[in-house]
Amino acid sequence: MSSDRIVGKSVPRKEGRDKVTGRSKYVDDMVLPDMLFGATVRSQIPRGRIRKITFAPGIAWDEFVIVSAKDIPGKNCIALIGDDQPCLANEFVNHPEEPILLLAHPDCHVLPKAVEAVSIEYEPLPAIFTIEQSERRSEIIWGEDNIFKTYLIDKGDLDGVWDKADHIVEGEYTTGAQEQLYIENNGMIAAFDAAEGITVWGSLQCPYYVHKALMTLCDLPAEKVRVVQMETGGAFGGKEEYPSMIAAHAALLAIKSGKPVKIIYDRMEDMAATTKRHPSRTRHRTAVSKDGKILGGEIDFTIDGGAYLTLSPVVLSRGAIHAGGPYYWPSVRIHAKAVATNAPPHGAFRGFGAPQSLFAVERHMDRIARALGLSPVEIRRRNFLQPGQDTTTEQVVREPIDLGKLLDRALEFSDYHAKKQRFANESRVGATRKGMGIAAFLHGAGFTGSGERYLSSVVGVEGCADGHVRVLVSSTEFGQGTKTVLSQIAAEALGLPYENVTMAQPDTLEVPNSGPTVASRTVMVVGKLVQSAALGIRQTLISSNLLREAYTADEFRAACQHYAAAHGEFRSWSRYEAPSDIFWDDQKYRGEAYAAFAWAVYIAEVTVDLTTYSVSVDDFVALQEVGKVLHPLLARGQIIGGIAQAIGFSLYEKVVWQNGRMQNSQMTNYIMPTSTDLPPTRVFFEELGNVYGAYGAKGIGELPMDGPAPAIVGAVEDVLGVPFDSIPLLPEDIVEALDKDALAASAQDSRVTSTGVVR
Amino acid sequence: MTDSREGRAKAEISFAVNGEPKTVHAYPMERLLDVLRQQLQLTGTKEGCGEGECGSCAVLMDGILVNSCLVPVLQAAGSSVITIERLAAGGTLHVLQKAFLECGGAQCGICTPGMILAAVHLLNKTPEPTTEEIREGLSGNLCRCTGYSQIIDAVAEAARRGTST
Repeated sequence: MSSDRIVGKSVPRKEGRDKVTGRSKYVDDMVLPDMLFGATVRSQIPRGRIRKITFAPGIAWDEFVIVSAKDIPGKNCIALIGDDQPCLANEFVNHPEEPILLLAHPDCHVLPKAVEAVSIEYEPLPAIFTIEQSERRSEIIWGEDNIFKTYLIDKGDLDGVWDKADHIVEGEYTTGAQEQLYIENNGMIAAFDAAEGITVWGSLQCPYYVHKALMTLCDLPAEKVRVVQMETGGAFGGKEEYPSMIAAHAALLAIKSGKPVKIIYDRMEDMAATTKRHPSRTRHRTAVSKDGKILGGEIDFTIDGGAYLTLSPVVLSRGAIHAGGPYYWPSVRIHAKAVATNAPPHGAFRGFGAPQSLFAVERHMDRIARALGLSPVEIRRRNFLQPGQDTTTEQVVREPIDLGKLLDRALEFSDYHAKKQRFANESRVGATRKGMGIAAFLHGAGFTGSGERYLSSVVGVEGCADGHVRVLVSSTEFGQGTKTVLSQIAAEALGLPYENVTMAQPDTLEVPNSGPTVASRTVMVVGKLVQSAALGIRQTLISSNLLREAYTADEFRAACQHYAAAHGEFRSWSRYEAPSDIFWDDQKYRGEAYAAFAWAVYIAEVTVDLTTYSVSVDDFVALQEVGKVLHPLLARGQIIGGIAQAIGFSLYEKVVWQNGRMQNSQMTNYIMPTSTDLPPTRVFFEELGNVYGAYGAKGIGELPMDGPAPAIVGAVEDVLGVPFDSIPLLPEDIVEALDKDALAASAQDSRVTSTGVVR
Repeated sequence: MTDSREGRAKAEISFAVNGEPKTVHAYPMERLLDVLRQQLQLTGTKEGCGEGECGSCAVLMDGILVNSCLVPVLQAAGSSVITIERLAAGGTLHVLQKAFLECGGAQCGICTPGMILAAVHLLNKTPEPTTEEIREGLSGNLCRCTGYSQIIDAVAEAARRGTST
């Protein structure tokens, strides 16, 4: 065995060469003979009954394949958690852009005009668009009360703390919708064959989610549905659930036409119709002692789920569990609720509820600091979770994490104290002013609570006939480095060169269900299974006397070839087993929410232009503890890329809604950061290790989405001295907040004067 | 997607692609992007937004960086177009492609061809760019994965090594 370790090294990205040469095959690069192109006719109104569908003259309709809800062979739904979302609206529509009809034609150029020529007559019904309207229940649009899901986390004796509190601090915080904006739009190709069933190729994160949805929709057994992931040009959660819808549409057209059908969304359709990050509203009421210790708090966390259930219960769960941040709460009551509105369903996006609730708690910590006359540094230091203490779900922190030390190091890297003082002393007359902001946070890796137990993921490692090793997982690559890191893990476990390991293309005919590629679980959870399946290959070869305990790569190759020739297929499987010391109570929402948390302190330095109120981030320090870093270059890429998306979430990306429809569904008017908008980002890793992850790794992908928004908004607050509680924070939002603050201040002044109190 | 064919007949349009003369039969207002991808099977050029905002479809036309989704193919007549497929002709990676691999400049890969062509264009004009010039030179190409840092590292590294184009 080679003594050089492979994990911990920045080996070349597995599919990197194909990507830099343009040879990678994305779904739109694939062409099948006789292929038709599909398009979707969508609802133009937020809510109503479909009365009549007419096809305008002037179009050769007989050349088109037309599919409606009545063509669905199985159940008209996109099966996920609930089955409430129709694949095609039949009688009612519940949000703008809801699919109603499908068209296919051999010439893609004639489709836009045909879609426009289908006119749908509706009987409109009253619609609701905000969390507050949904809570008012003047219209019930989902279930009996517009509520998709609620959770209650209840720890300690909260009712007893209010009398003991020296201060009670209240605040309300909101975050907006955010578009994932992967640069490759969604797309699928489907082909149908009566004997083989349905096959789809597409841009997607979770092959087995699509598989399940197609089985239900087409009423086909598992072996008659095949899902293949093509190279996927970015996802970020945005290709977790909606690809099932597009696959369903392509499949229906393929079944009806008997030909392969390609559906590729253009940017406007992708932005307007597919999922976004859930808008949120969080209310905090916190009891604090005079020395700045949290005694207890009430947290009300509400998200807008849009028109159907989709993944909202799971997003809500993660948001609720992260709502207390990395702090010790002796008592807390967290009420979490996902509500329905007549907007397209909101869905998965990197962080999955945590960026929303962590924004709120971090802004609230700054508010508490102000109320007590403490600094943002000091309020955090006094309340950090310590080993031996427990989280809001009563999970005891067992690892030796020292958040105070993490904070000290981040302060040092950012030169925080010196800069704070310098910025405060700098002239208050200039046209620009600078400030600093801090965020401390945590992110749980893997599925929540019993989630991994239910998933029961399986991975395979194959010893191939030519002697190389192939990893079989449904975990997908969409930029984050799945193929590279899982290959490193297999190579490390077998003591083989990285080049001797390949990855099977995710294809449900070939790879087992290793669970969805979400929740920062791939390296930590799936990686651990790859390690154990790889060791199974080694063990088999050794126990068959084909290999000694110590071997060279050539000896391994020969042994593998020998075994594969003698036994045919040579595969080793590994299934997830929950660690015995992890306990979770789904009813009380109590226990070990995650096998591991990653921890971080981020510090932002910003400049605010006092004429235009534009904000630029000048320096960004990101310090995190993510267990063992298996690939430093990719890990750094994940952190910087996540921070860039979070800077967009904070300062640029505003979805403009009108009656449930996105008004700015273009890259020209929905603004994401360019190369000139982003700061130099300095990334630092602490490595404590993690007993549950492969070679000590924890999850990493979502963490960097959580911290930048509160840090940046904190820095803007540091400059302007006015609290900011909402994102996105665009210049016009800053002006509005300043006006509101000035108004409130002058109202207070006049009250004071009228009672004769001299200030 | 607009209907680019209405009321016009297909025309024979000739131009050079990656150094080879090509003649295509296309509607004059068809997008160069579609002609490259569909008729010439050069699928390394990607569509991201269809309105010239993201740069995924960037190619070099007579040495100028253009968004091929905004170029009617008629406009390309007589020109010389370079796509990503040209850069590693003969199997040897271009210095920028190598640098993108080594510095982590490609994640999901969908913006990479356009980004690399924008970088080729930048280094042709400015062989020793400052970081600010790199940021400026790539500002017409959107990347959602990397936050650009490792792309900027890659371009700086390629400039340090010297490009061969």
